[in-house]
Amino acid sequence: MSTENIEKQEYNITVYTENQIGLLTRIAIIFSRRKINIESLNTSPSEIESIHRFNIVITETREVVQKVCRQIEKQVEVLKVYFNTNEDVIWQEMALYKVPTEEIAEKALVERLLRENGARVVVIRSDYTVFETTGHREETDMLITKLQPFGLIEFVRSARIAIIKDSEGFNRKLREFERREPGHEPIENEYLNKGAKVFTM
Amino acid sequence: MDTAQKEQIAQEPKASVEMTGSVALLEGLIAEGVDTIFGYPGGAIMPIYDALYDYMDKLNHVLVRHEQGGIHAGQGYARTSGKVGVVFATSGPGATNLVTGLADAQIDSTPLVCITGQVFAHLLGTDAFQETDVINITTPVTKWNYQITDATEIPEVLAKAFYIAKSGRPGPVLIDITKNAQLQKFNFEGYVKCDHIRSYRPRPHVRQEYVQAAADLINQAKKPFILWGQGVILGSAEQEFKAFIEKSGIPSAWTVLGAGAIPTDHPLNVGMLGMHGNYGPNVLTNECDVLIAIGMRFDDRVTGRLDKYAKQAKVVHLDIDPAEIDKNVKTTVPVWGDCKETLPLLTELVEAKQHTEWLAKFNDYMRQEVEAVIKDELFPTSDELTMGEVIQLVNELTKGEAIIVTDVGQHQMVACRYAKFNNTRSNVTSGGLGTMGFSLPAAIGAKYGAPDKEVIAVIGDGGVQMTIQELGTIMQFGVAVKVLILNNQFLGMVRQWQQLFHDKRYSFVNITSPDYVKVAEGYRIPGQSVKEREALKAALKTMIEHEGAYLLEVMVTKENNVFPMVPQGCSVSEIRLK
Repeated sequence: MSTENIEKQEYNITVYTENQIGLLTRIAIIFSRRKINIESLNTSPSEIESIHRFNIVITETREVVQKVCRQIEKQVEVLKVYFNTNEDVIWQEMALYKVPTEEIAEKALVERLLRENGARVVVIRSDYTVFETTGHREETDMLITKLQPFGLIEFVRSARIAIIKDSEGFNRKLREFERREPGHEPIENEYLNKGAKVFTM
Repeated sequence: MDTAQKEQIAQEPKASVEMTGSVALLEGLIAEGVDTIFGYPGGAIMPIYDALYDYMDKLNHVLVRHEQGGIHAGQGYARTSGKVGVVFATSGPGATNLVTGLADAQIDSTPLVCITGQVFAHLLGTDAFQETDVINITTPVTKWNYQITDATEIPEVLAKAFYIAKSGRPGPVLIDITKNAQLQKFNFEGYVKCDHIRSYRPRPHVRQEYVQAAADLINQAKKPFILWGQGVILGSAEQEFKAFIEKSGIPSAWTVLGAGAIPTDHPLNVGMLGMHGNYGPNVLTNECDVLIAIGMRFDDRVTGRLDKYAKQAKVVHLDIDPAEIDKNVKTTVPVWGDCKETLPLLTELVEAKQHTEWLAKFNDYMRQEVEAVIKDELFPTSDELTMGEVIQLVNELTKGEAIIVTDVGQHQMVACRYAKFNNTRSNVTSGGLGTMGFSLPAAIGAKYGAPDKEVIAVIGDGGVQMTIQELGTIMQFGVAVKVLILNNQFLGMVRQWQQLFHDKRYSFVNITSPDYVKVAEGYRIPGQSVKEREALKAALKTMIEHEGAYLLEVMVTKENNVFPMVPQGCSVSEIRLK
């Protein structure tokens, strides 16, 4: 058994769904029932009109993630679920920081701060200034540390959004799903995976 | 709706007719072939009940005494008929009373469509009278649920509900309809059954590679062993299953819900699996070389301790639900698909064999079990009656032709172990959820689902007191079910565990009973109570031969334990005979 089956790591779960009221609950309770914390959750449109896309981040073993994903995919209004490690996706999170303008203007080398952290100024008012940055967790975290001495008033970070590196999108899959004959989706299984390469999700 | 309108619908299903949401719902039910509904009216479902008044000739509505009774009856109906059970309940408490039955149906894969009334759409979220958030309460215990706030949605949503409930791995569906939608008039353009939902793929394309890989393993096996579950029954694959085991000659054991898929006395049927299953099937699970699981889900009551479960064996798993593959037991070859489709493919590829020596091993263990357990249970020498001898006499009198509906506890395990089933869909019980109080209402539904069959509800003195009000339903509708109470004056299974694992500290397991014969008499149901062996057979005969409903209480010995037993946390091979 490979170590990824035993060791926990961050997984990015991508769920393609119909846009249906109540589906968020149906998906969320699959995690809460197993006492798994959802670290990040984003819902958005997908590349296809009317198809919704969830991005969910959890830290778990591969085995647990795979089982959870099968339970999600079992829901009637879920079309397809993919799970990927951080290496398999391009991901971003956005963060906003509010600091007192007086402090930051007087004491900080604002220009350098922005340049070094790839941040932008969104709003400058006499009482406060809002910075914005986009990137990985470490990057958005780093700016918190840097702004803390200048009296960081408010901080917020968005959910993670992720694009799967080797995905060709969902259009072809959707056309398959719209056909009436039984699906040709394979099921992942260790034994058969070894035998033939076709058995992957 | 007048007769002319009804005729118009019948003749031109596509013609647009103005009707209320309630009438459209009933028309939809008829189009789905529904003949029986179990339900209970109330404020928020009154428009549907008003419409039902004009449909009494087409839809048989059974007024239960509690919504939980209604949904268990729906389950019993679905289990014996193979059709979708239909249940009506009102909003608020009516709907929340369905939750136990929904959870039971979800875990036991029983197809149901439950219709609940809901407050007017403009009142949603206002804490209106009898308003509860039924959709969110029932989400974890339904295969699918949906709230309708506009009548025009009714035909399409109902069609989806039936399709989802019965296709793939079946399960319960709940539709919550706000009162305004029930009352709203709209142009009904006919009912079209659903056979495709793009996001829902209930049946996969069966991959021949999997079937071939499974057949290869089976053909090489020296000690193959089949475990079958309810999937064989749900997939109506009993014949395909029989053909498979008869060609391959493989000993086969069943889960509680799989009982009856092939007759009890089939020579390859080696008995029951699990915590109170037979000796051989449990011990030999850890000796077989290829384990073939068909339509079963490796419940913990079947597997015992997982890390000591069949570790030596290669596992072939046939299931329609891909989420079951590798869920509890790592599968060597998953044959994902409907077993009605996959079994014949597999039968084709397996070699015709007889595993005589291997089968003899099961029979050896059975002889040991007969000696240590079964002999005393079925043919006791002590004065007091045992549950087993009652079931044994039922077998004798019904010749295995009856439908046995059990509750939960010791009597359930005894009945499942010893009842003889000649026919499929004859064993109705609450398997996964273990719902006490299931049997009496489920037996009512079972009788509606199989009116020509003898239906016997076997219940303990604990369970019967949980849903005893359904005797009222039996009385009012003249449901000819036989109620057989096995009274040991204890909550027997809990008592057994307290005896074995809690130093005999009997904490609240001592339960008293009313005079059941008098209670039945109050409901105008005849009955009797027996405690002597000499009277037992005649009493059972009277019960079975009685035309209508009948209640028989049998006083059995108080502190008998069900054995064999795989204690919790132990491996199946550590099964105890005493």
